[in-house]
Amino acid sequence: MAAGSRATFLGVPRILGLAGRDGGRGGADGGGGPGGARAGRPAPAGSGFLSGDRPFPDAAREALGDTQLRRNLAHATGTIRAKRARVVAELDDWEELRTAGEAVKRATLARLDEHLVRLEEEVTARGGQVHWARDAAEANSIVTELVRATGQREVVKVKSMATQEIGLNEALAAAGLTVHETDLAELIVQLGHDRPSHIVAPALHRNRGEIREIFLREIPGVDPRLRAEPRDLADTARAHLRQTFLRAKVAVSGANAAVAETGTLCVVESEGNGRMCLTLPETLITVMGIEKVVPTWRDLEIYLQLLPRSATGERMNPYTSTWAGVTPGDGPRNVHLVLLDNGRTATLADPVGRDALHCIKCGACLNICPVYQRVGGHAYGSVYPGPIGAILSPQLTGVERNASLPYASSLCGACAEVCPVRIDIPSILVRLRAEHVEERSRARVPSAEALAMAAGAWVMSDAGRFAAAGRAGRLGRALGRRRGRVSTLPPPLSAWTASRDAPRPPEETFRDWWSRTRAPRDGQARHNPTAPDDPTGREGPTAPDDRRARRARRARHDQETR
Amino acid sequence: MRIALFVTCLVDTLFPQVGRATVTLLERLGHEVTFPARQTCCGQMHVNTGYQREALALVRNHVAAFEDAGVDVIVAPSGSCVGSVRHQQAMVARAAGDERLALRAEAVAARTHELSELLVDVLGVEDVGAYYPHRVTYHPTCHSLRMLGVGDRPERLLRRVGGITLLELPNAAECCGFGGTFALKNTETSTAMLADKMRDVLTTGAEVATAGDSSCLMHIGGGLSRLRAGTRTVHLAEILASTEGASV
Amino acid sequence: MSAREEILRRVRAANAAAGQPAPPRVPRDYRIGGDHPAGHPELVRRLSARLGDYRAGVVPTAGPSAPEVGAAVRAALTLAGVGAADPVLVPPGLPDGWCPQGIVDDAFAASVLGGFAAVVTGCAAACAETGTLALDGSPGQGRRALTLVPDRHVCVVRAEQVVATVPELLARLDPGRPLTLVSGPSATSDIELHRVEGVHGPRTLVVVLVAPPPPAFPPAREPRPGVEKRHQT
Repeated sequence: MAAGSRATFLGVPRILGLAGRDGGRGGADGGGGPGGARAGRPAPAGSGFLSGDRPFPDAAREALGDTQLRRNLAHATGTIRAKRARVVAELDDWEELRTAGEAVKRATLARLDEHLVRLEEEVTARGGQVHWARDAAEANSIVTELVRATGQREVVKVKSMATQEIGLNEALAAAGLTVHETDLAELIVQLGHDRPSHIVAPALHRNRGEIREIFLREIPGVDPRLRAEPRDLADTARAHLRQTFLRAKVAVSGANAAVAETGTLCVVESEGNGRMCLTLPETLITVMGIEKVVPTWRDLEIYLQLLPRSATGERMNPYTSTWAGVTPGDGPRNVHLVLLDNGRTATLADPVGRDALHCIKCGACLNICPVYQRVGGHAYGSVYPGPIGAILSPQLTGVERNASLPYASSLCGACAEVCPVRIDIPSILVRLRAEHVEERSRARVPSAEALAMAAGAWVMSDAGRFAAAGRAGRLGRALGRRRGRVSTLPPPLSAWTASRDAPRPPEETFRDWWSRTRAPRDGQARHNPTAPDDPTGREGPTAPDDRRARRARRARHDQETR
Repeated sequence: MRIALFVTCLVDTLFPQVGRATVTLLERLGHEVTFPARQTCCGQMHVNTGYQREALALVRNHVAAFEDAGVDVIVAPSGSCVGSVRHQQAMVARAAGDERLALRAEAVAARTHELSELLVDVLGVEDVGAYYPHRVTYHPTCHSLRMLGVGDRPERLLRRVGGITLLELPNAAECCGFGGTFALKNTETSTAMLADKMRDVLTTGAEVATAGDSSCLMHIGGGLSRLRAGTRTVHLAEILASTEGASV
Repeated sequence: MSAREEILRRVRAANAAAGQPAPPRVPRDYRIGGDHPAGHPELVRRLSARLGDYRAGVVPTAGPSAPEVGAAVRAALTLAGVGAADPVLVPPGLPDGWCPQGIVDDAFAASVLGGFAAVVTGCAAACAETGTLALDGSPGQGRRALTLVPDRHVCVVRAEQVVATVPELLARLDPGRPLTLVSGPSATSDIELHRVEGVHGPRTLVVVLVAPPPPAFPPAREPRPGVEKRHQT
């Protein structure tokens, strides 16, 4: 299974090869747009709940201190990882499905304008209405006006990342409307005055005991003998929302996909709250990111296999609903589709980063991510957490507003391995780091890190300078309090020694050992006469090395007899 | 076979015994090892931290150091650095608009192998005649596992080592939390990941934790050392170079 | 400029900025056809097993005739806890004899639908590999609310409606109709990612599997071309 995903793992994005477009990355970048290295960004950034109020490391530090949270995360992500692995292993064509899933997304984005226009035609022809929203504020105002036009004061909602992103609930509340989240996890989040922490299971950070407390506190008339059992908690949610569903006249949903050629919208869910919202009210308003369109009905056969197995570890989710416009006598009479940009076109402008738009929001990368597993979703600040959030959020907002997220990864690559549409997340993270560095380099004062990196590159691009530095490193042996162990280092390396010892530099670098013991018979000089600029040609391999070797032997002797 | 050693900057300056072990092992197997002296660093840390422009000089130097080394193959005792040579260098060159350098980098990359790949795939050997009478657990580092896809080659080599007791590491495929500058920029998260990796290592009861990357071993070993855990970290090359009566 | 024109302009500009990537060919090398043709007893067995995994009930019929289906539906209702006197909802167009006690839907309000003990319907198709039933609102299935609001759903599946794979299932469905794919009773994984069955949709699902008319399929059958298990390249 890994075979498919490693071809591009951590490669340097190909975009950089388009020297002309990217200003050559040689400093000639005349971009000027707000996107920094994303030269000439043709579209503005998105807005909404896409960034936090503090950098990732600070938020992560706090999360790491919450032992209950860490237990909840470890338990939930461990459960789902095992389930996913089991059902993915059942399909011997999983890699072919991933490849096809990736290709459909790539092909769609390449002709996104045509597919959106076709989708609009088809939805309209079937009695639906299509609206376009440039950003969060515009989408919120479209939805608010549509709700107001019905004369209704309350709205039922199906879980949707797009509406979380734009802060629709808050906008509707500000307009005096009541919003009922109906997905169990969203209900838990809403009743708990909390924020979602996971793409698929927004209340994943809560355990059953905490959920029971929230229900007892927030739902009128709950029996105080309610047990902290998932079965009983689900029943409580059912009873609580039943009357709301039956009386609701307006619903708001997202969509997992929209088929351009047929105008068919698709919602994938489990509980039946989605069906309630999509079926019972008179008016249905669907808010969908423009990247969710697929060209053909047939394309759904790919995603309806990839998504449930990746998201919840099921062969198929309990309910999938599709509808095309209005069907007389079945479901809502007024059907609206709001197509949302909000930074997606800005993301699309990057030849590498645009792959983040392939995401089908399964959450598999969150569940496998060793960082997400330990800090949870809130630390990322955005409604899109985890590895996908770390590449999506900074692109939607512009990397300057989410500068710490591209670094919130050890680049271990586990996310790319499980991604059902083969998004090369590590490579995009590296791409965004470069974009961030380029952006800072335009600031007049270089950072300490930039200076260190430049100095490092200067030293390491020349063997002579590097060899000298390696020998100088032996001075670091003085730091060793105990044999072979360094327990304190000055900043910024103190971050290392806060929790780990550092190796004590050796008495002799490999290079020096080689030239002391091997250089005279190294064939290198015979086969490859030293180039004029080769600094190694200046190296004296004999006398000084013998002295070094004697010193080294003495030192070793001293140490061993100490 | 004539083999050029790309020792990597980390091994050169901090873990020279790993480089020496690689030489010992390959010479014991009857191969000639050279050390192109111009080599320094592959540039991975610069690339992964976002300094691709700065990495260009390193790529240029690396390619120049190895392209005319007059050898059949190039070996490095590091999955991560080989990953960078294979997947990053040519593209760093292209990023700078230097197509010629990119092609040269690809030619070097095509001949560059991680140690276990070289032994199993190129030299066709699994029993390297090593003897290492210790309880050992193997951590498959992220880049060896997922960037290179070395698979079970390291374990196949370890299983043939005389006297060894190989202990399975729980949650082996999970990252130790090193991640280059991640360990500094997100040090608390990195430490939390390290803590779990150390717990898994200690659970095995191994005397020695091994891997194919000195960087990850530096991280795990630094943590174990701080814990005074008693479990040491030893590079795969050192184990494979060990023989009866001659532990490297 | 309208939002529509503006967004379309941005899309075109973004694709231009990204070097105008050409749409790749989509390689559909995954399995399209299953290992058995529709209605094969193995597929029916598989569907039955998958439904069991979802904790849905399964009741086979003795034969394909309407009285035989009706008897199995009655057994399914009993299995679901529905008494002979409880109100059972059926859609217009349900075959005669399948559910003699059923009351035919007459555009009842949602709150009325909630008063029925169960609903009995047919389906449009079913997928064995995923244990999925597809409803498309045609006669015998009814509008979507019918299979949603009542707490128990008895669904009759004829053997020839059972296909192996998801691609085969979608190929049998009309994207212009309102569709519902049902895989077991409603469920949630929202609490600790631990699955529990029964939330807002029907908490009980019982499937009546209608035996195919004799003669059955030959016992051993070669897989159709192009359905061999493929492996990674």
